[in-house]
Amino acid sequence: MSSAVQAPSRASTVVFHIHALARTYRTGSVEVQALRGVDLDIFKGEMLVLLGPSGSGKSTFLNILGGVDRPSSGEARFRDHDLVRMSDRELTLYRRDHVGFVFQFYNLIPSLTARENVALVTEIAAHPMQPEDALAVVGLRERMDHFPAELSGGEQQRVAIARAIAKRPEILLCDEPTGALDSPTGVIVLQAIERINAELGTTSVIITHNVAIADMGHRVASFANGRVAQVLTNSERRPAGELRW
Amino acid sequence: MRALDRKLLRDLWHVKGQAAAIAAVIACGVAIVIMTFGAMLSLRQTRDSYYERYRFADVFSQLRRAPLWVGAQVGEISGVAAWQTRITHYAALDIPALQRPAAALLVSLPDRGEPRLDRIALRSGRLPLRGRDELVMSENMAQALGYGPGDKLAVLLNGRKRSFTVAGVALSPEFVYVVAPGQLMQDDRTFGILWVNRSIMEAAYDLVGAFNDVAVRLAPGASEPDVIRRLDLLLARYGGTAAYGRADQISNAYLDQELEQLRTIAIVIPPIFLAVAAFLLHMVLSRLIDTERESIGLLKSFGYGNREIGAHYLKFSLVVTALGVAGGCVAGLSLGRWMTLLYQQHFRFPFLLYQADPVVLAAALALAFAAAIAGAWAAVARAARLAPAAAMQPAAPTMYRRTLVDRLKLGRHLSMPTQMILRHIERWPLRALGTSFGTAMAVMLLVTLFFFFDAIDALVERFYFQGNRQDAVIGLVEPRAQNARFDLARLPGIRATEPVLEVPARLSHGHLTQRLGVTGLRPDTALRAFRDASGRGFTLPARGIVLSDKLAGLLDLRRGERVEIEILEGARRRAEVPVAAIASEDVGLTAYMDARALARLTGEPGTLTAVQALVDPAREAELMRRLKGVPAVATVSTRAQAVTALRENMAKGMVIVIDFYIALGAIIAFGVVYNAARISLSERGRELASLRVLGFTKGEVAYVLLGELAVLALVALPIGCVLGNGLARLMRDAMETKLFRIPFVLQPSTYGIAAGIVLASAVLSAAAVAWRIHRLDMIAVLKTRE
Repeated sequence: MSSAVQAPSRASTVVFHIHALARTYRTGSVEVQALRGVDLDIFKGEMLVLLGPSGSGKSTFLNILGGVDRPSSGEARFRDHDLVRMSDRELTLYRRDHVGFVFQFYNLIPSLTARENVALVTEIAAHPMQPEDALAVVGLRERMDHFPAELSGGEQQRVAIARAIAKRPEILLCDEPTGALDSPTGVIVLQAIERINAELGTTSVIITHNVAIADMGHRVASFANGRVAQVLTNSERRPAGELRW
Repeated sequence: MRALDRKLLRDLWHVKGQAAAIAAVIACGVAIVIMTFGAMLSLRQTRDSYYERYRFADVFSQLRRAPLWVGAQVGEISGVAAWQTRITHYAALDIPALQRPAAALLVSLPDRGEPRLDRIALRSGRLPLRGRDELVMSENMAQALGYGPGDKLAVLLNGRKRSFTVAGVALSPEFVYVVAPGQLMQDDRTFGILWVNRSIMEAAYDLVGAFNDVAVRLAPGASEPDVIRRLDLLLARYGGTAAYGRADQISNAYLDQELEQLRTIAIVIPPIFLAVAAFLLHMVLSRLIDTERESIGLLKSFGYGNREIGAHYLKFSLVVTALGVAGGCVAGLSLGRWMTLLYQQHFRFPFLLYQADPVVLAAALALAFAAAIAGAWAAVARAARLAPAAAMQPAAPTMYRRTLVDRLKLGRHLSMPTQMILRHIERWPLRALGTSFGTAMAVMLLVTLFFFFDAIDALVERFYFQGNRQDAVIGLVEPRAQNARFDLARLPGIRATEPVLEVPARLSHGHLTQRLGVTGLRPDTALRAFRDASGRGFTLPARGIVLSDKLAGLLDLRRGERVEIEILEGARRRAEVPVAAIASEDVGLTAYMDARALARLTGEPGTLTAVQALVDPAREAELMRRLKGVPAVATVSTRAQAVTALRENMAKGMVIVIDFYIALGAIIAFGVVYNAARISLSERGRELASLRVLGFTKGEVAYVLLGELAVLALVALPIGCVLGNGLARLMRDAMETKLFRIPFVLQPSTYGIAAGIVLASAVLSAAAVAWRIHRLDMIAVLKTRE
């Protein structure tokens, strides 16, 4: 991994512009500052890995990028959309049209088959892929008529990725996508994400605890105490297939 | 407090909405038991003590005329503890404020002292003074007409108008229910009871030193049939019209009937509530135990035994039940008191003995807890049985299958959210069935309750429009010759008249006997329509007798068989007549004959007791004014007035409780749907939050959850309607009495109203849950493991 701090070279268009972003949660009398002023630009087509210990604020950051949470203060812009001022309804449409989500625990709908889980999203998207094609991208075409309970964890996560990309989102947000998987299965999932980033040019943000995964990103942002401690650019990315942990 | 009990309280608090809904349903069941049984028992007790305190007689007989010393002979009959001779007579009244004739039954009071039997309860004023033209008026009439002590009232005594002063207003155990002869329903404005001193009655009706009415109280252990037989034997030569017991005394029979109907409702309805409550408890506890698997495993790994775990969850249901029972007791006692008061006013009891019967309370309690334990048992047993290691593991992921809709390739065009709804229903068919069934119970209850309104409408239609086609029935003070009819026919507005002869008689077949008034009509009558059981019309045959199906059933008679008829007045003739036809009738025990044949049996051919008429509606008011001046006329009932009176009576009686039950039906529907929705929401919160993250709007997410409930509610509606139809039939049969049959009619609109109330209630509970969808926390849900 390179340690040089430099502007990303692969991408030039800014997709997300984040400035002085702060988020405070209140539960009763307890106040938790999850984000304490994050400044970060994310560029079109890049793969950004967010590293950091639990509670460092990376999930909160990702949730704000994805439009499921709102900052307490600061700036968060997606292209010319101001995520801070969007109404509830506008955020819903933003998620629907632009964002693909992948979660640690897959969050598939148990009552729908793999194909139907993907169709769930393509039915409401503007220019979706065929669900079958999305599943082919993650190598699950043959298993598409299985229900989640009939799939392994890795397969379920790949269905979740297919579901996330089927709408041809501009951004793919993955929160610990391999957190519940063993290493070989995790690699297969990461390869799927890598392929989508490379082939479709989808801006991808991946949260992980796993330092090994950082090697596959264009850049790595390390979170600590609700701030970005440092941003590193990988001069040489390792293909997901070579990662082991 | 033990840690486990603390956990129990927290768990309860966590599901407080659902616990409250269950407790409310339990409270309804308990409240109904306490309310209806409490009211019924209190009313019975009040009636018994009313009868006792005012010395209501056991056996009654009317006769033509007997010298006073015959009274002493009555007293000598073995089994007679007390006796009272009186003079009674119907008389027309002249009430200026009333635009139609009114009448009263005059009943003599001893000139000095109180009657030995059938005493009156003075509500205001005093008893009449000797030598003055004073009377006591029954409270029903006094209130309806606005009369009180000091008011003047003109009575036609034996055809001569005489002015009386109202000295007092009173109630009597003998006249709880007051109905004019030949009428079906009580009409307080046109008929009442007037108590007059005996000396006035003696002089007016030429009965000095004589009586025409006797009442008897039986000694303990005496045989009523024996006393009746001896009394008949003794009074036969004085024109006695066959003695009868309390069962045939109209007021008492009516009271019995109403109390019996109250009992039927009290027995049929509460179990429905308790069954629904048991089902809800089962639903909520099962769900709670599913989410508590890990805690159960943990507790077991600490060394808690099956019994302790089971007891812990059983306690949960017992606490909810206890809350419901407590609420139900409080509500039941106060509602019961209120309902008893309503009935007290309805029946005009002079006092009320309301007390909560500890047996009823205990029974309601036992029933509620039994239902709670039954509902909780399966879920509790499951919790106790969980092996610690298995419990610590999360439950196996839910395995869905393709639904029937998929297999039939019908689902291809359904959206994914719709597929989710269908698969979820098919995945837990029993639970879906339970929700539907619970909702159906609410529909069933409402259909059954609204049925009574339909039934009253149908009764009115069948009795007053299809069966009886006359516009008015003019009752005569005493039997008259045929020319009385021609006199009436000349009055303005009368378009047609037909004679009616009503004769008290006893019909016997083998050992079965019934006492009733036999109605004589013209065979070609155009004013009375008869239908047989299959609904075909027929005309009154010139020979034989037509029995109502109820009467035929009681006497075990079929068409063509012979029935013995004993006329209970005049020469007391007996005859055997063939049953010419069986008529389908809803009200009263009725028998019809050709009036001429009936008159021949009485030995007084050509007489009539009433005239039925067709009236020109435009001249009805004028006719009524003219009829007021005809001394021979006792009562006039018009169809419009009779229908109003019938509806009022029904509204006051049986229907008092129905409004309650409608509210309760809505509570059931709310409880079931709310619980189902909350359980669904807590089970599928993660799924629904995922949908939100994927870009589904709140409305679209609500559709997945509430759409399922809508499907289940829609399935419930027809089931509920079918069940309601069945329960209504059951209630109808259970409430059928000797005097009264409720016709079975359910209008489509009734199903619609019942379904509408349940749907409204379901929508309300859905709205409560939709609010929670609105607040669904997407972030929290995504972070947790399934």
